[in-house]
Amino acid sequence: MPKVDYAFAIGGEAGQGIATPGDILARIFVRRGLQLFAYNAYQSIIRGGHIFLTIRTSDGPVRNHGDRLDSLMALNQDTMDRHLRLMGAGSSVFFDIDKVKPGAVAAGVQLCAIPVKQLSGTSTNKLNMNTISLGVMLQMLGVDFKTLEDILALQFKKKGDAVIAENVGVAKAGYDYAAANFKPFKTPLPLLNKPMGVTTGNNALGLGGAAAGVKFYCAYPMSPSTGVLMWMARHARQLGIMVRQVEDEISVANMAIGAAHGGVRAMCATSGGGFALMTEALGTASMMEIPMVCINVQRAGPSTGVPTKTEQGDLWQVLGAGQGDYPRLIVAPTSVADCFHSVPEMFNYADKFQVPGIILTDLLISEGTASVDPDELNLQPKIDRGSLILPNGANGHGNGDVANPSGGAIDGSYLRFKITKDGISPRAVPGVPGHLHVVASDEHDEDGGIISDEFTNPHKRRAMHEKRMRKMDGALAVIPPPKLVGPATAQVTLLGWGSTDGVIREAVEKLAAEEGIVASHLQIRWLVPLHCKEIMEILSKSKKVIMIENNFSGQFERYLRSETGFKPHGHVRKYDGEPFAPHHIVHAVKEQLAGKTTVSIPEQEIMV
Amino acid sequence: MSSTIAEPPVKIEARPEGFTAKDYKGKVHPDWCPGCGDFSVLSTLQTALSELGLAPHKVAIVSGIGCSSNLPGYMNTYGMHTLHGRSLPVATGLKFANHELTVVCTGGDGDGYGIGVGHLIHAMRRNMDLTYIVMDNQIYGLTTGQVSPTSRLGMKTKSTPHGSVENPINPIPMAINGGATYVARGFSGKQKHLIELIKGGILHKGFAIIDVFSPCVTYNKDNTYPWFNQRVKMLDEKNHDVTDFHKALDEGYKWGEEIPIGLFWKRTDLPALHALEPILDEGGPLATRPLGLNADQGKSLIKELL
Repeated sequence: MPKVDYAFAIGGEAGQGIATPGDILARIFVRRGLQLFAYNAYQSIIRGGHIFLTIRTSDGPVRNHGDRLDSLMALNQDTMDRHLRLMGAGSSVFFDIDKVKPGAVAAGVQLCAIPVKQLSGTSTNKLNMNTISLGVMLQMLGVDFKTLEDILALQFKKKGDAVIAENVGVAKAGYDYAAANFKPFKTPLPLLNKPMGVTTGNNALGLGGAAAGVKFYCAYPMSPSTGVLMWMARHARQLGIMVRQVEDEISVANMAIGAAHGGVRAMCATSGGGFALMTEALGTASMMEIPMVCINVQRAGPSTGVPTKTEQGDLWQVLGAGQGDYPRLIVAPTSVADCFHSVPEMFNYADKFQVPGIILTDLLISEGTASVDPDELNLQPKIDRGSLILPNGANGHGNGDVANPSGGAIDGSYLRFKITKDGISPRAVPGVPGHLHVVASDEHDEDGGIISDEFTNPHKRRAMHEKRMRKMDGALAVIPPPKLVGPATAQVTLLGWGSTDGVIREAVEKLAAEEGIVASHLQIRWLVPLHCKEIMEILSKSKKVIMIENNFSGQFERYLRSETGFKPHGHVRKYDGEPFAPHHIVHAVKEQLAGKTTVSIPEQEIMV
Repeated sequence: MSSTIAEPPVKIEARPEGFTAKDYKGKVHPDWCPGCGDFSVLSTLQTALSELGLAPHKVAIVSGIGCSSNLPGYMNTYGMHTLHGRSLPVATGLKFANHELTVVCTGGDGDGYGIGVGHLIHAMRRNMDLTYIVMDNQIYGLTTGQVSPTSRLGMKTKSTPHGSVENPINPIPMAINGGATYVARGFSGKQKHLIELIKGGILHKGFAIIDVFSPCVTYNKDNTYPWFNQRVKMLDEKNHDVTDFHKALDEGYKWGEEIPIGLFWKRTDLPALHALEPILDEGGPLATRPLGLNADQGKSLIKELL
């Protein structure tokens, strides 16, 4: 059992500097070796509105933002009015005594009125409440002041010594005031031996790209995927990555294809609307057999939808992106750390099978912040570029035919789309002598010559179509299938995909600990290829299967049914823009096991 | 605005005996209609490449979709026959991956000035080192004769049976204003002239656009060879100053009994985009560099997380 499991909320309006205390707390937690997950509920507004950040930390695993709040920092009246009702016995509420009035409060809630003006002394900084509250919180968590002082010095390094001193001063005033006036949290924050790291899913995707050897990244800004672009732009020159912001997502996808065809690993990211513009190009990448990786960070649709809210609503879009049948790979990372792992893994498969790879994340894990164990991030992963032939022979498959530099398609000495048993043909890129060819979005012959215009040839068309699609058999064979977590004899199997892994895992633990219900958990990560055989071996033995997904229509459930004929016994769906909390799933499973319903739509309690 | 910086000499990868136009000829014979202006563009491009002595394996031709976009398939170089309107983004990516390649884009007026015009504007302002040859026949040919962005006002086509009521794009002023640093117009009927324009475009370090009147003998009965022959007037015969921005625009806007062809505008004081990225300064093309992170880079990235 972990010693602590705290969730701290900070609420205010955009522009009140909520991110800074959030970042400072996160750094303090991970440096003590604690784990954390932070979820920021926000709106599409630069100033005003309501922002609500929840940071949960524990000395045990933290996989989501949790079910309850241990403290609330209300930076404005609106936050107090919205959320005070969520606070239960043992929790504390921080507010500026001069600016915010608390309302009716549940028994056992400690109202911590902070005299911000008095504690600020000569400082007139508008954001003093944030810094003072940090002092208050860390006093109540039993953390020595030096820790906060060091982090403040780091945070305000660029602003100079005077700003650091001012912030340290007010923080200390809050720290001392809390010692004299407020009751501390039940258990002080433990200090573990091994510090952790902290990152967001978007940063992890960028880091994964760098580790995978991405040399070209382009994007058009679109929430919630823009973090990847910003990470890439920040590190471009340091890491030798060409990073471009271009005119639209049509250009993004096509530029990535051009770069990939030139021989680099090329990546791009967007959200559903931008992905819609990329779909024709993705089909082209597959037709031309050019590997490139596209990240779709889902947000709530349709159309512009709710730009700052999460959803698993693009599954059918990515499954059906583009005209015609074509091989593609789709993976849905299951956590912030898995965002990192998915990128080099996807690139290796995309290079091997010469197909586009789609990484399907969502706002929850892409913008979510989590602790990561630095030892689990392999920044020098295996890089396998398959049969690629580069002009300098760097991939170990020669550097072309220097004796016959103008040969290739013209004399049949090289066939770019050679029909092979596994569908994989040696891939030479422009600049390689003796491998001249044209890649076309039109149907083509083995040498690349198009067969679509003058004399279409049904036999060649069939052979080429089958060659491309055959690559998926190979992909299915080498990509690892999903595994059941928990006993095969469980009362119920919870089935999810992608980002819901953490919350479902915790729901399973809660069902066992609080309700005496034994549940197992199957999370699907590889969506295409789908391991139908392995999935059905598991599900066919399950007593009852409940499908959990963050969308309206049960997109994965419909996909699984179309591929296997299997129909889950029950469904838990959420499509209000907010992610699941563990108790939503616990409650739904309980009511479904009791036979009350087969479709549960949890009610969102936190209004953000 | 005038030309202040001399262009560096082009790196020529000639084989000892040199290349002839035949060396760039693909194995497939073009499926264009007999008499199509695009034949002439194809052969002038092949001649231009041979005269520049560029090794076929170091040249990539990137096209979109349309009759003229079939061109890469008739060449013996590397080629990409991409999506309708998307040749410029694809070519931009390719050039970044391997900036030692000579990348030439080819396509038609529908491809470049219709569906792809958004990309064109940005490729021009970026001054990507690409040569873009637009075979402008003022009609949609492959879809059997509909109005194009350069069809004249009043032109009757299958989609404008009562005559087009929309003003056409004039690509020359658009390109000059859009930031292209080499803006020219040629005519399929003037091959020698066109060879020089294409060579100049390839040698130019920046975005070169060459709009080529390339008559569609099947669907465009308005803008025929005789129609152009009567009107085209070579700029070099008029002592045109290609570094004079306003004169270039004046000539570019001329359309009527006299239509100027030749090089309108050229500036060499702006570096091409890839030359502005320090990442490409050393280490050769990105495509040939080692992948992944070294130990120091790895350490520094992990440190950011702690």
